[in-house]
Amino acid sequence: MNLETLSLIIVLAPLVGAIAAGLLPLSRTAAHRTTISGVFIAFVLSAFVFYQVTILGHAPFADGAYTHTLYQWLSTGGLSFEIGFMVDTLTTTMMVTVTFVSWMVHIYTIGYMKDDEHNWSDDSLGGRNSYQRFFSYISLFTFSMLMLVMSNNFLQLFFGWEAVGLVSYLLIGFWFQRETAVYANMKAFLVNRVGDFGFLLGIAGVLMYFGTLDYQTVFSALANTPDEYTTKTIEIFSGTEWSVITVICILLFIGAMGKSAQVPLHVWLPDSMEGPTPISALIHAATMVTAGIFMVSRMSPLYELSLTASSFILVIGAITALFMGFLGLIQHDIKRVVAYSTLSQLGYMTVALGASAYGAAMFHLMTHAFFKALLFLAAGSVIIAMHHKQDMREMGGLKKYLPITYWTSLIGSLALIGFPGFAGFFSKDAIIHAVHVASDGGQAGATFAYYAVLAGVFITALYSFRMFFLVFHGKEHMDEHTREHLHEPSWVVTYPLIALAIPSVIIGAIALAPMLYGNYFEGAIVMAEGRNAFPAADFHGVLSFVLHGLMLPPVYLAAAGVGLAYFLYGRESAIPGQIKSAFSWLHKLLEEKYFADRFNEIFFAGGSLKLGSFLWRIGDRNIIDGFMVNGSARSVGWFSEKLRYVQSGLLSQYAFAMILGLLFFLVWFVHG
Amino acid sequence: MFSELPLLSLLIWLPIIGGIWVLTQGKDDESSVRPIALSVALLTFILSLGLYIGFDLETANMQFEEKHSWISNFNIYYHLGVDGISMPLIILTSFITIFVVLAGWEVIKDRPAQYMAAFLIMEGLMIGVFAALDAMLFYVMWEAMLVPMFIIIGIWGGPNRVYAAIKFFLYTFLGSVLMLIAFLYLYHKSGSFSILDYHQLPIALDAQTFIFIAFLLAFAVKVPMWPVHTWLPDAHVEAPTGGSVVLAAIMLKLGTYGFLRFSLPITPDASEALAGFMIALSLIAIVYIGFVALVQQDMKKLIAYSSISHMGFVTLGFFIIFQIYQNTGSLSGAAMGMEGAMVQMISHGFISGALFLCVGVLYDRLHSREISSYGGVANTMPMFAMFAVLFAMSNAGLPGTSGFVGEFLVILSSFQANFWIAFAAAITLIVGAAYTLWMIKRVVFGAIPADKVETVGKLKDINGRETFILASLAFMVLLFGIWPAPLLDVMHASVDNLLNHVINSPKLP
Repeated sequence: MNLETLSLIIVLAPLVGAIAAGLLPLSRTAAHRTTISGVFIAFVLSAFVFYQVTILGHAPFADGAYTHTLYQWLSTGGLSFEIGFMVDTLTTTMMVTVTFVSWMVHIYTIGYMKDDEHNWSDDSLGGRNSYQRFFSYISLFTFSMLMLVMSNNFLQLFFGWEAVGLVSYLLIGFWFQRETAVYANMKAFLVNRVGDFGFLLGIAGVLMYFGTLDYQTVFSALANTPDEYTTKTIEIFSGTEWSVITVICILLFIGAMGKSAQVPLHVWLPDSMEGPTPISALIHAATMVTAGIFMVSRMSPLYELSLTASSFILVIGAITALFMGFLGLIQHDIKRVVAYSTLSQLGYMTVALGASAYGAAMFHLMTHAFFKALLFLAAGSVIIAMHHKQDMREMGGLKKYLPITYWTSLIGSLALIGFPGFAGFFSKDAIIHAVHVASDGGQAGATFAYYAVLAGVFITALYSFRMFFLVFHGKEHMDEHTREHLHEPSWVVTYPLIALAIPSVIIGAIALAPMLYGNYFEGAIVMAEGRNAFPAADFHGVLSFVLHGLMLPPVYLAAAGVGLAYFLYGRESAIPGQIKSAFSWLHKLLEEKYFADRFNEIFFAGGSLKLGSFLWRIGDRNIIDGFMVNGSARSVGWFSEKLRYVQSGLLSQYAFAMILGLLFFLVWFVHG
Repeated sequence: MFSELPLLSLLIWLPIIGGIWVLTQGKDDESSVRPIALSVALLTFILSLGLYIGFDLETANMQFEEKHSWISNFNIYYHLGVDGISMPLIILTSFITIFVVLAGWEVIKDRPAQYMAAFLIMEGLMIGVFAALDAMLFYVMWEAMLVPMFIIIGIWGGPNRVYAAIKFFLYTFLGSVLMLIAFLYLYHKSGSFSILDYHQLPIALDAQTFIFIAFLLAFAVKVPMWPVHTWLPDAHVEAPTGGSVVLAAIMLKLGTYGFLRFSLPITPDASEALAGFMIALSLIAIVYIGFVALVQQDMKKLIAYSSISHMGFVTLGFFIIFQIYQNTGSLSGAAMGMEGAMVQMISHGFISGALFLCVGVLYDRLHSREISSYGGVANTMPMFAMFAVLFAMSNAGLPGTSGFVGEFLVILSSFQANFWIAFAAAITLIVGAAYTLWMIKRVVFGAIPADKVETVGKLKDINGRETFILASLAFMVLLFGIWPAPLLDVMHASVDNLLNHVINSPKLP
C-alpha cells in the first residue's frame, strides 16, 4: 500500500471509531474496542510512516513529494483551496507522539471511566451512555489533531485548529451537569476564539501577500525571493509602516497564544481541569496545547524573517514560563498543580521558538508529551484511588498503597525537573542553552528570558516535589473510609503509566543527537544564518552533554528546589503556614492568579454585556423603534387626522384632485 | 430531458396550485391535508434538482429561460430564467419548504389546511421572485409574497402577533414602493421592463444614485440591514416556527438577491460611490448587532439578531469588491468576497432554519421561548442536545460546517481591501461564539434546576419526525462545510460576468 492511502487511513481510523462509538448503539465494550482499534491502527501506521520518512529518509508520496492533495475543497476567484497532507520529519514526530499518547489514554480511560454513571444524577439520561460518548470524543480529538499536524495548507490547519477547540469544549464540559464544567468549557472556547481571531487574520494576510494558502508555495516563495517579502510593508495605523512578515507572524502567533495558553490567553487552561483526567492528559498537556508550538515550528521559514516577531514570542514565553510556575506553588488541587506546570513548560517551548531553536522546542514538546501525560495519568490514578477527591490536603502517605503510581510519578517528576539523564534534562537544558546563545547574540528580550527560564527551573522543582511529598509522603490525611479502600487501580490504569514512564526516561538520550545536532528536521525547519545554537561540531556524545550539564546552574537550581520542597513539605512542618501568613499579600496575588480572571470577568465579559445592553435598549428600542418607527407611526396618525378634513365626501373635489395628480404624472413622464 | 419542460413555471405554479388544492381539501377532510402538502413540497424539490442537473456551468447567460408576452401594451413579459446566482436559492427554497411542512405536521391543529396552503403558495411566489427576469413580474411576486407571510404571522402567531404582522408588512411594503418608482423610471428610460435590458442601460451617476437609494430601501429592509432591522426580531418572536424558518432561511435572502440582480448591475457607479457607506452599515450589523444578540433573553430574538449579524457578511462581501479591485487590481479577491457572501446566503438558510426549528422543538413542549425557562435540557433530551450543539457551532462558524465557508471567504477577501475591515468583521468569531454558546450553556447544559423538575425534567426527546428534520439539515450543514466546491462551481461564471460588468462599467458623467 502506498503512503497516500496509509496517511488517509491514519486520519480516518480514529474518525470512524469516533462516529461508531458516538452514533451507533454500541455496548461499552464494543465502543472502547472500536475506538482503541482505530487509534491503534493510526499509531502503528504512523510508526511505519515515521520509519519510512524519518529513519529511512524516503519521501512519502509519489515522485519524491512531501505533500499530497486529497481533494479540492473549493475554488474561487481563480484560487484553489485544497485538503491534503504534508508528511515530513516534523509531521511524523507529531503523528507518532499524538497517536501513542492517545492510545495510552484510550486504554487508561477504560479504568478511569468505568464507574462514570455515578457522576450523573438519577434524573439525567446523560450518564446512560457517557462511557461510549467519552470514547467517541477522544477519538474525534485524535482525528482533529492528526488533521492539524498533517495538513499541507493553512485552511486545513485552521480546520484542525478549531476542531481540537471543539473537542476540548465538549470534553471540558463532559460532565455537563456541573456548573463549573460548563462555565469552563465556554470560557476555554471563547479564549481560544480570541486567539483564532488573530490567527484567521494572519491567514488572510498570508493569502493576500502570497496568493495561496499552500505551505510549500509560501515556503518556496520565501526561500527564493525573501527580499521581495521582507521589504513589503503594511500601514495598519496611519503613518506607521509595518513589515508585512512581522504582522503576519504576530497575528499567527496570537492564535498560538490561544491554543498553547500563553499569557494573557492562558486563563482557560487551569479551568479546563474540570474535565475528566484522561483528557487533561491527552488534550491539555500532551497534544492540543502543543498545536501552537508545532504551528510556529512549521512556519519557521516565515518566522525566521522577522526578528521582531521572534523577540515578541521570546518575551511572551518567558513571562509564561516563570509566572505560571509561581501559581503552581500554592495550588491544593492535584490536577491544577500539573496544569500550571504545563503552562510553565509551554512557556519554555515558546521561549525556544523565540530563540529560533525550533528543534529544541519540538524536542521539549515530545519529551514533555510523554512525562506530562504520565504525570496527569498518575494524578488520575491517585484520584481514582481517592474516590475522586483531588485536594492534596486530604492525601499524604500514599506511597505504600500505590507503589506503581508512586514510582512512575517519581520518574515523571524527575523528568519534568530535568534530573540528569532523564528526558526533560536534555530538552530543557537545550532550551536554556539556546536562550543563552540568543542573549549573547544580543536579541531583544533574550537576557530577560534567560533569567526567567533559569528561575523557572528552581520553581518547577519546588512545586513538583511539593506535590510529590504532599501526596505520597508524610502523614495520611484521608478519612477512614477512603483509607480502607485505598489500592492500586487495575492494569488498564497502571500499564499506560509504565508505558509512558519508559520514554520519559530514555527518549531524551535517544533523540538528543539527531533532533538537536543532527539533520533530523532538515527541510522541515529553516533557521536563519547564525541562529543555530546547536552546530553539529559542538556535539561530543550524550555522556559529554550530561557531564557538561552537571557544570551548569540548572541542575543545581533543580536540586535546590527539591531540597527546599523536602524541607518544607517532606515532613510535617509549620513553615509553609508561616510563610503564607508573613506574605499574605503575595499569597493573595497568587491565589487570585494575578487577578487575570477577575479582570476578564469584569472588563471583557461584563463590559460586553453592558455594551450589548446599552446598544439594545438605547439604540434599538429607544432610538430606532421608539423614535423612528413608532414615531413615524404616530406622525402618520397625526397626519391622517388632518387628512380627514380633506376627505370632504364631495365627488367634485375628488375628481379635481385626481386630474391634478394625473397632470403631474404626465408632466413628469414627458419631461423626466 | 429537462430542456423541453418549462421547469421554472412548474416550480412556481406547482406549489401554488398545490396550495390551492390543499385549501379546498381542508373543508371536508383535514387528514389528507398534510400528506398532500408534503407530496407537493417533495415533488417541487425533486423538480428543482432538475435545475442543478441540467445547469450549464460554463455560461453566465440565463438558463431555462421562458418568455411569453403578458401585458403587451407596457412591454411586460412573463419572463423567467436562472443563472448561478438564483439557481441555488431556488433549490434552497424548495428544500426548506419540505421541512416547514414537516415542522407543522402535528403541531398545527388550528386550520392546518390554510397553514400548509399559505406556505406552499409562498414557496411558489418566492421561487417566482428568484426566477423573474421581468421587473413587473418580479414586483408582483415580491409584493404578493408578503400576503401569505402576513397571514401566517397574523393567524398562527404569538400573543403580540398583530403588532408584529403590521410592523412587518408596513416596513417591507414601504420599502418596496420606492422600488416600484425606480422600475417606472427605468421603464421610462428604456421602454422595457426587462431586467436584463436594465443591466445594459447607461445611466448618469446622479440618476443612478437615486435609483440605488430606492432599491436600497427595498432591499435593506428585507435583508435586514441596520438600522431598518427592528421588524425582524418582532416578526420572529410572534411567528410560528414554520414562519420563522421561511423568514430567516429564504425571505432575508430576497433582499441580498436584490442587490445582486438590481443594485449592483443596474447602478454600478452609484454602488461604487456608496460602497463605503454600505460597508459601514454591514460592519455595524456584524458588530453592533452581535453585542445586542448577547443580551437577549428570548431564544428567537437571539437567533433573529444573530441572523442580522450574519447577513452583514453578505452585504459586506457584495460591496467590498470595489475596494479590493482598487487595492489589488485584480478581480480574484473580489470574486472571493462575492462568492463567499453568496455561500453565506445559502448556508445561513440551513443554519438559521435549523436553529429556529430547534427552538420550535422546545416551544412545542413547554410553550416558552425564554432562555430562563430552560436549563439542563441535555439531561432529558440528549439527541436534541447533540443537534443543538452542532447547529450552534455552525452558527459560530466552526470549520467543517457550512457556516465557516462564507465568513472565511469574506474575511479573507476583506483583508485585501483594508486591514481594519477584516479586523471588525473577524470580531464575529468571538462575539458570535459568545452569544451562541452562552445560550447553549443556559438552555442545554447544567443540571436540571430544582424549580424546573416538573417542566424540563419531564421533557421527551425528539421523535422520529423531528430527528429526520434536524438530521437532514445537519447533513447539508456538514456536506457544504466539508465540500463546498459544488456550491461554488455553479456560481463562478455568473459572478465573473457580474464583476466584469460592475467594475468595468463605462461611466457616464
